Amino acid sequence: MHVLCCGGTGCHASASAQIIENFKRILAEKGLQDEVQVIQTGCFGFCEKGPIVKIMPDNTFYTQVKPEDVEKIVNEHIIKGRKVTDLLYMDPENQEHVSDSKHMGFYRKQLRIALRNCGFVNPENIDECIARGGYEGLGKCLTEMTPQQVIDEVTKSGLRGRGGAGFPTGVKWGLCAKNKCDEMYVICNADEGDPGAFMDRSIMEGDPHSIVEAMAICGYAIGATHGLVYIRAEYPLAIHRLQVAIAQAREYGLLGEDIMGTGFNFDIELRYGAGAFVCGEETALIHSMEGKRGEPTLKPPFPAVSGYMAKPSNVNNVETFANVPIIITKGADWFQTIGSEKSKGTKVFALAGQINNVGLIEVPMGTTLRDIIFEIGGGIKGGRQFKAVQTGGPSGGCLTTKHLDTPIDYDSLVAAGSMMGSGGMVVMDETSCMVAIAKFYLEFTCEESCGKCSPCRVGNKRMLEILEKITDGRGTMEDLQELRNLAAVIKDTALCGLGQTSPNPVLSTLDNFWDEYVEHVVDKKCRAGVCKKLMRYEIDREKCIGCGKCAKNCPAEAISKTNYIAEGHKLPSMEIDPAKCIKCGACMSGCKFNAISVK
Amino acid sequence: MATIKLSESQLNFIKDVCKAHGNKGGEVINVLHKVQGEFGYLPKEVQEVVALELNIPVSRVYGIVSFYSFFTMTPKGEHPISVCLGTACYVRGAEKVLDEIKRQLGINVGDVTPDGKFSLTVLRCVGACGLAPVIEVGDKVYGRMTPDLVKDVIAEYK
Repeated sequence: MHVLCCGGTGCHASASAQIIENFKRILAEKGLQDEVQVIQTGCFGFCEKGPIVKIMPDNTFYTQVKPEDVEKIVNEHIIKGRKVTDLLYMDPENQEHVSDSKHMGFYRKQLRIALRNCGFVNPENIDECIARGGYEGLGKCLTEMTPQQVIDEVTKSGLRGRGGAGFPTGVKWGLCAKNKCDEMYVICNADEGDPGAFMDRSIMEGDPHSIVEAMAICGYAIGATHGLVYIRAEYPLAIHRLQVAIAQAREYGLLGEDIMGTGFNFDIELRYGAGAFVCGEETALIHSMEGKRGEPTLKPPFPAVSGYMAKPSNVNNVETFANVPIIITKGADWFQTIGSEKSKGTKVFALAGQINNVGLIEVPMGTTLRDIIFEIGGGIKGGRQFKAVQTGGPSGGCLTTKHLDTPIDYDSLVAAGSMMGSGGMVVMDETSCMVAIAKFYLEFTCEESCGKCSPCRVGNKRMLEILEKITDGRGTMEDLQELRNLAAVIKDTALCGLGQTSPNPVLSTLDNFWDEYVEHVVDKKCRAGVCKKLMRYEIDREKCIGCGKCAKNCPAEAISKTNYIAEGHKLPSMEIDPAKCIKCGACMSGCKFNAISVK
Repeated sequence: MATIKLSESQLNFIKDVCKAHGNKGGEVINVLHKVQGEFGYLPKEVQEVVALELNIPVSRVYGIVSFYSFFTMTPKGEHPISVCLGTACYVRGAEKVLDEIKRQLGINVGDVTPDGKFSLTVLRCVGACGLAPVIEVGDKVYGRMTPDLVKDVIAEYK
C-alpha cells in the first residue's frame, strides 16, 4: 500500500510536510511502516483542494487534508479499509462524494503527457522514475538511432516550443546540429517569469528526471556534451529536486562520461536567474548565464549559430523537453494523433484567478476554452459571471465570452489577438476591471523592460501614463487613439519578443472591452468598482443608525455626524467627506447595517 | 548612504566565495547570490570587494545588482514580508492586502520599519496560485489572505 502526498509548492505551503511526518510517525507507532510506504510526490494539479493525499492501489483521493486528519485516515482507511468520506472531494453539481480522481470533472478531460509522472513518483528517487519508463528514450536513442534519426523523429512529431512562440523543436535542433563545433550547449530555459504561471516549476518539482533525460537526448542529437539549466532563484524546491536528479543520474551512469557504455558524454550544470523577466528571451538568457546584464541582442545571429560563449547552442523550455522522451519511446506517429492540425500534442496550463478549480492542467491542443474553464475549472467562483480569460501573460491578451468555443492552439490564439505564451491562464469575473488589468500588465512590462531599446523603455512608459490618466478619471477619447498609435509603433520597432508583444494586453482589451474604456473616459465610471479614483463611498442616511463604527474605522477621519436623524433611529446619521476619503473601504466592511455603498 | 566597515571575517568570506568560483568575471552572478545569501543585501562596499576579486569594473557589478530584482542594496528587516502581485493574486485582491500591510506598518514597498523588525517587498508569483492571494513572511507562506487577516499575521512576529 502506498500513501502519496503532494509536495509541490502550494501544498507545501499548507503543511504537506507536516502531513507526511504525521503519516510516518503514526504508521510507525502502529508497526505498519513496512506495509505502507509514504511518498512525497510532485504536483497532482488540483491545487485548489490541496494538500492532497492519495492512497494506492485503490486510488482514493483525499482533498484539503490537515495534519490532524492523518490519524483518522490511518485508523479508518489503512487499518479498517473504510474511506474517510468527509475528506473526499465533493462534486459541486450533485453534492456527492467522489473517491477516484478519474471521475472528477477536473481530471476527466485532461490528458497527461508532459505531466505523466507528476504525482505518481517520488521525484527524488531515480528508481521510481526508471520503473515508469524514465531513461528508456535515452537508451533507445543511444543504441538504436543516429543523431539525425532523433532529429527527424522529433521534427516528424510536430512538437513545437512550449515557451510561447511555438517554433518547431525538431527544426531548431536541426539548425543547431548543422553548426558542428567542438563545444556546443544544450540550454534548458527554466526562467518561468510569467506572473500566474507555474507549469515549469511543477514539472521540475514533480518529474525532474524527464528534463535530465531530454537534455541528454538533445545533446546526442545535436552533438553537444554540455547542458545548462537556467533556473529562477525563486524556485528553491525545483532547484533542490533538479540537483538531486542530476546527482542520481550521474551515479547511475546516465550522465557524465561514457553514458550506458556507448561512448557518449554529457553533463548538466545549473545556473541561477536573479529575477529578470526579460531573461526568458533566449539571447538575454544567454547573456545572463555569461554573467552579464540580461539584455537581448538582435537575431540573427541565432543561438544555434552563436549562443553561450559564442558557441552554437540550443535553447528549449522545460515543458518542451518534458515531451521529448515519450516521443522517442512511443514514436512520432503516436504523438501526431494528439492535438489539432498544426499544433500537436498537449499543453499544460496553470489555471488561476476567479475560478473554482485552481490548478495545473494538461489538455490536448484544440480543447476549447469552455471545456477548460467550465468543465475542468468548474466554472467561476461564487457563481458569478465569466468575463475574460487572460492567456500568454504580459505578452498575451484577454479573451472574452465570444472566444469560449475557439479550439485553442498556437495559431487560433494568435488569430484571436492573444497568444499561447508559456501557459498561464488567469480567469476573471465581473469584479475585474479590464482597464486596470491592462494597466497591471503594463506596469509589469515597464518594471521588467531592460531599457536597451527606446520603443519598449519609453513607449510602454507613455502608454502606462495614459492608462493611469484613464483610471484616474482624466482620460479623453483622443487618449484611446493615442494608445493604439503607440502600440503599433512599439510592436513594429522593439528589439526583442518582450517589447514586441508588450502592447498586446492593451490592444486586446481595447478590442474586446471598448465599452469599458469609454465608460472610464466619458462617464468617469468603473463598473467593476476597482479604479479607486472613480469610486465614491456613500452612507444611506435612512439606514444609518449613527453608531459611529465607520468613523472609528476610518483611517483618514473622513466620516462625521450629520444633524439628520432618520425615522425610528435615536442617533444622527453619519456622512463621508469625499475630499478626505481615501477609498479604503474600511467603513463599508465594518458596517453591520449595509448602510454604506460604492457608487 | 552611510559607509560600512567590513570586518576581517566578512572580507574573507567574500574572497573565499570569489576564489571558489575561480575569480572569474563570468561567475559574478553566482558570486553575488552566495554573498547576498550571507549578508542579506549587497551594499556598495561589498560590491567593491567583489569587483576587485573578480577583476572587473565596479560599474559592471553595480550594473548587475541594479538590473536584477533579486539583488538588493538595502538591508531587509528581521521579518521580511513579501506580497505576491502575480496576476492570480492580483485578481483575487492582493492589492487590498498590500495596502493594509502598508497602513499597519506605516511603511512603503522597499522600506524597513524604524525598529528594523519588518521590511516590505512585492514579488511576482511564488507559484502558489491555488492559495491566492499569498504573502510570505520570511520563508513562511500565508495563503488566502484578506485585509482582515493582516493584523493577526503581523501580531505573530511582534
